[in-house]
Amino acid sequence: MDIVVLCKFVPDLVEDLEIDASTHLLDRNFLRLMPNELDDHALEEALLLKERHGGTVTVVTVDAGDVDEALYTAAAKGADRVVKIVGEGLDQGLSSQRLAALFAQAAGEWPHDLILTGTQAVDDLDGFAGALVAARLGMPYVGYVTKVASENGAVVARKEYPGGLNADIEIVGQAVLGIQSAEKPPRYVVTSKVMAAMKSVTIEEFEAGDAQADLELPITGMAVPQSAAHAEMIVGSVTEVAEKLAKLLRERGLVA
Amino acid sequence: MSVATSYEFLDKVIHATPDGEEIRKCLQCGTCSGVCPYGFAMEYPPRSLIAALRADDFHGVLESDTIWLCVSCFACASVCPVKIPLTRGLLATLKTEMLVGGSIPQELQTALGNSRRYGNSLGESPRKRADWTKDFTVPVPVLAAHKKPVDVLWFVGDYGSYHPRVQQVTRALAKLLFVLDVKFGILGAEENSDGDTQAFTGEWGLFELLARKNTQAMLKYQFAEILTADPHAFNALKHEYPRLGLDRPVKHYAQFLTEHFERLRPLLQNRGPQRVTYHDPCYLGRANDNNLYEEPRQLLRAIPGLDLVEMSHNRALSICCGGGGGGMWLDGFSWEKAHARTTEWRVKEALAAGAQVLAVACPYETPRFEDAVKSTGNEGKLKVKDIVELLVEAVFG
Ligand code: SF4
Ligand code: SF4
Repeated sequence: MDIVVLCKFVPDLVEDLEIDASTHLLDRNFLRLMPNELDDHALEEALLLKERHGGTVTVVTVDAGDVDEALYTAAAKGADRVVKIVGEGLDQGLSSQRLAALFAQAAGEWPHDLILTGTQAVDDLDGFAGALVAARLGMPYVGYVTKVASENGAVVARKEYPGGLNADIEIVGQAVLGIQSAEKPPRYVVTSKVMAAMKSVTIEEFEAGDAQADLELPITGMAVPQSAAHAEMIVGSVTEVAEKLAKLLRERGLVA
Repeated sequence: MSVATSYEFLDKVIHATPDGEEIRKCLQCGTCSGVCPYGFAMEYPPRSLIAALRADDFHGVLESDTIWLCVSCFACASVCPVKIPLTRGLLATLKTEMLVGGSIPQELQTALGNSRRYGNSLGESPRKRADWTKDFTVPVPVLAAHKKPVDVLWFVGDYGSYHPRVQQVTRALAKLLFVLDVKFGILGAEENSDGDTQAFTGEWGLFELLARKNTQAMLKYQFAEILTADPHAFNALKHEYPRLGLDRPVKHYAQFLTEHFERLRPLLQNRGPQRVTYHDPCYLGRANDNNLYEEPRQLLRAIPGLDLVEMSHNRALSICCGGGGGGMWLDGFSWEKAHARTTEWRVKEALAAGAQVLAVACPYETPRFEDAVKSTGNEGKLKVKDIVELLVEAVFG
């Protein structure tokens, strides 16, 4: 099975985020970028599939932040090819629409029975990117996937629904899968292997070209969320705390 | 690639340290396993590990994950009658094999990932490394802005920079340097984790990455010597960094302050707590024969009214706080495997010695022992203080 994994860089929340008043966007001077955590899960799931069923894993990312190191790390973990999409202004923050346009254009260039990506990102909580890539490529999309299995030639994706429900969805033909979590936590690769990859692996480049978003909504404002209510601290002796807690749970209808 | 056989692995162990060949002389006496604080819970404490290798059962060794209980405390290495470099050689090399094979507890993975991404194991913003100096009465020059030579480059370390409790110790040391009129500076955002503990989890590649960054940053500036409050940083800067080009003397504050003892002593005017015991950190004592046992005690005894009492395990027999070798980042794992905390044993020893204060000299120790005072139900009965905090109290009241 040949798999393309789409990875992007997102703002690292370890730094304070500032809003640029003139553009209504994040002030990119102080931004630190990091690989999207769920894309790491997508890569892990792809590597697990490769280990079980053979095939290839190609990692595609957009040139923003420390992508080279992320790509060498992916190669050290077992990815066969690593690709970066290069072009003007790609590090200035992309909408999910534009990102999907770039990814869709690039992904088609490498063998892909499946395309895996993180189902969400800190800058895409609605999880549009994967679905938009699928739409552009005319493929089905399954999001919130926690397991991918290949049985008798058919791919089955386990999709998680709210309320603890799961569905096993059988996929015919190529598909894009939004990974919520890999079956195992993403693997650690020792630094010496990453260093070795830096010497032996070539990062392929893909010109961004003129892929445009279908729809680019202007952003008219951006604000830091204000905390409305604070947590209530329940104090007192153990018995008092337990009584108050039980009363609260009953009042809120959480227990009968 | 992971090595396949016991012999290939042994070859790596032998080449990991200068005296690696000594492992062939193992008597199977078991002293190492006996003294190991977690030996009771390890499937392969050092003696059994060597026996398994001799029986060519490396496969079995790799199946077990209890090597992650090893806190790289050097207790085994220091008692071995044939002086096999167990901690730095055998155990750290096995950890490397575990890492390469992907057998790594999640919490350790997080700390190593943080170290690689942010240059500190806590996952804090590298830009905020010197934030502890803000709103602080003592001027702490950051070398990049200072632009003047200093006598002392103070390597603050991860926990000293970021951990709220250990920041108090860091500020105390700054006050002492100030009253002693030491011309010092810090690297601030240019400083990275010293990498020592990462190395002892087997991640030597990460150690080299961090150590190179630190060495390059340090060598940009003019200074005569390096000071640190962190025994792990001390150990790495002294024994590992020279091969990366660092050529300045390195001192833990226990050494540095005893060298300035004649100027420090008259400043110690206020009476200290009556009965104090001292916990010897592994990396000031046993590790690499650093043997800094008397300097910390000399500083404590100089505090007026202070009576220094000893715990049953002291000096080279000190029991690790459990933070070394990655233990700092494996508390959940260790508890699950061993259901024991070495810090709790130490708190009980300190109380048995009649101490009111447990004095420490390592940034891992203040938070770890304070937790243990609480978890053993001894809150209010024993305080945990770094030596520099006790000295500051004696100077300023
Ligand atoms: S203490 Fe030394 S000689 Fe004795 S069993 Fe351990 S490694 Fe072998
Ligand atoms: S270094 Fe310490 S914890 Fe590790 S095996 Fe030796 S005695 Fe045990």
